[in-house]
Amino acid sequence: MSDTGAIPAFLARLADAHIVVERAPSERLSPARVVTLAAADWGADGKLAFEASFRHAGIWGDHVDDEIRLFACLVSQGNYLVLACGVPANESGLASHAPYFPGVDRMEHHLHDMLGVAFIDHPNATRWTRHQAWPEDVFPLRADFPLDGRAPRRARADNDYPFASVLGSGVYEIPVGPVHAGIIEPGHFRFHAVGEQVLRLEERLGYTHKGVEKLAVGRDAAGLARLANRISGDSAVSHAWAACMAMERAASLQVPPRGQAMRAILAERERIANHLGDIGAICNDVGFAFAHMQFGRLREIWQRGNQTVFDHRLLMDRVVPGGIAADISAEGLRLLQSQCVELSRELDGLMPIIDDLPSLEDRLVMTGVFSEIDARTLGALGYVAKASGIDYDLRRDHGYAPYDALEVKSPCLTDGDVASRVQIRAEELRDSLDLIENLLRQLPEGQVSAPWPEGTAGVDGIGLIEGWRGEILSYVRFDADGRVARFFPRDPSWFNWQALERLIHGNIVPDFPVCNKSINGSYSGHDL
Amino acid sequence: MLRVLNKIIETGTVTETLPRDPSLETLGYQVQRQIERRFAGSLAIRQVDAGSCNGCELEIHALNNPYYDIERFGIHFVASPRHADALLVTGPVSRHMEHALRTTWMATPSPKFVIASGDCACTGGEFATSYASCGGVESVIPVDVKISGCPPSPNDLLAGILAALEN
Repeated sequence: MSDTGAIPAFLARLADAHIVVERAPSERLSPARVVTLAAADWGADGKLAFEASFRHAGIWGDHVDDEIRLFACLVSQGNYLVLACGVPANESGLASHAPYFPGVDRMEHHLHDMLGVAFIDHPNATRWTRHQAWPEDVFPLRADFPLDGRAPRRARADNDYPFASVLGSGVYEIPVGPVHAGIIEPGHFRFHAVGEQVLRLEERLGYTHKGVEKLAVGRDAAGLARLANRISGDSAVSHAWAACMAMERAASLQVPPRGQAMRAILAERERIANHLGDIGAICNDVGFAFAHMQFGRLREIWQRGNQTVFDHRLLMDRVVPGGIAADISAEGLRLLQSQCVELSRELDGLMPIIDDLPSLEDRLVMTGVFSEIDARTLGALGYVAKASGIDYDLRRDHGYAPYDALEVKSPCLTDGDVASRVQIRAEELRDSLDLIENLLRQLPEGQVSAPWPEGTAGVDGIGLIEGWRGEILSYVRFDADGRVARFFPRDPSWFNWQALERLIHGNIVPDFPVCNKSINGSYSGHDL
Repeated sequence: MLRVLNKIIETGTVTETLPRDPSLETLGYQVQRQIERRFAGSLAIRQVDAGSCNGCELEIHALNNPYYDIERFGIHFVASPRHADALLVTGPVSRHMEHALRTTWMATPSPKFVIASGDCACTGGEFATSYASCGGVESVIPVDVKISGCPPSPNDLLAGILAALEN
């Protein structure tokens, strides 16, 4: 990215505020700029970033020797700035960014639970990722914590989590989960309602915490990619691409143009499959079974295409370090092309039915309204942000290969309701089909992958991808032996889950499923 | 409304004769008879995600799409373990879900059986055993049948469910 615009201006403001920063060499974590600052300035820096209208894209830490290194990623107009600082591991107090950027509230809790960083002025000090599987005074991501842990033989239920309570005449509480009534991931929702109206929703997540970040430690590049494919099963391509991009940038490895184009085809196919499934499911949640069956049919045809061409219905393990796992035959390419034509024709018939059905309009319009101001405050991403007036798409605004050579369209609406989120996804379906057709038309010849350079050691990198849920940020550091020492994949769900808590306010309890589905946060991608 | 009806007629019935493998088809008929005999024609399954990546759930969802239409075999997914004959469990069992899974199993009336679905549910898979994961489902509750795959395809799932009934 160019060195113009918000980042130099922000660095000048830091200098005015007498905050001393050290600029890392420009190749470190490229294309982001990295500046290191004193831990004492961390809070002031967050405040200035807030005043300069940056979006916070996540905070993570890394235990190296006696120090916890902290990273915060800030974004302005497609330019990425990473703030870095170090705190002693045995006395790791740090100012919180959550008062300015409430979207990182849970990520800071996660940092505390996993690495033992105490955020001294955090607005609501509680645990988040940790339930009862490990004691509160040990931290799984510390280097001296063994993978097998020191857990009790049986973890007890997390019964004493301090949920906020709402008091008042006629207020009642509905606890839901972690085992939900449908075929979905586990999590707990605590509603407070009066009559049918939701007064407050509090989410309690972390049930699917599987130790992904710890499991990554010590893996080789291929092993990390395999793990990244399974961070969230619906985002196998997106997470694997982000992780591989981080590794490739760390290793200065160039992916051949054909491999890049194939990755984009895979990512767009993943986007289409998920949008198809979710549009159908949203209609089903308001009782329109016809759309559920029709979109379920289209998704099935699409997944069968994945199986035929890529040998996996969910496209797992196709993205590997250096490129993609295998080239596609001429016959496979023809099938990809004909599936685009066929799906486009189907959508021509189906979308008009969805678009002007009064009963759908009645249930989806003005339901679950997420305001633009809330979206900006939380740093919402993907279709959730685009439906609430935030016109941002990495593929267009931060142009990574191969999208930098393509015309990427990205829809934006302002109503912020369930209907808008459906409409954004419907338009993204069309745009992704166009992208795939363009990519197929100009598919470069040559290799689909480059060999992983042995001897990649002691370096780190950052991957940034527009997955189907929105921006995914991945950080990878290799140790001196060339093994993964740190992996942090930040799924868009970290921010978008919090959107659900806000937009459900004032809606009726029976509309919760449709509101939830219109956000579709990943439990597994968030709980890690 | 007319457009909806037109689309339904135009689409027709896409439901396939499944499983396409003739030996499985034979098994399918046998098992349908088993369901009729032992479960009065209806097998109720409660699906439990005990920590999966959601890949398995997507494929279980597909069982309900018009291509597979699992309900025609008399198999349906229910909302409560108290209504269930069987549990279909996915994921390595995360330690945070360990208690909930055990409680769900206890809430399911006997006689009951448990199907572990997917490599993670069978062995712990990519996540194995760690400070956060108990590994496979059988480390927490008894398992009757295992379906491997990452994730198992809808066909694999059907074959596994049918095999569980044969057991």
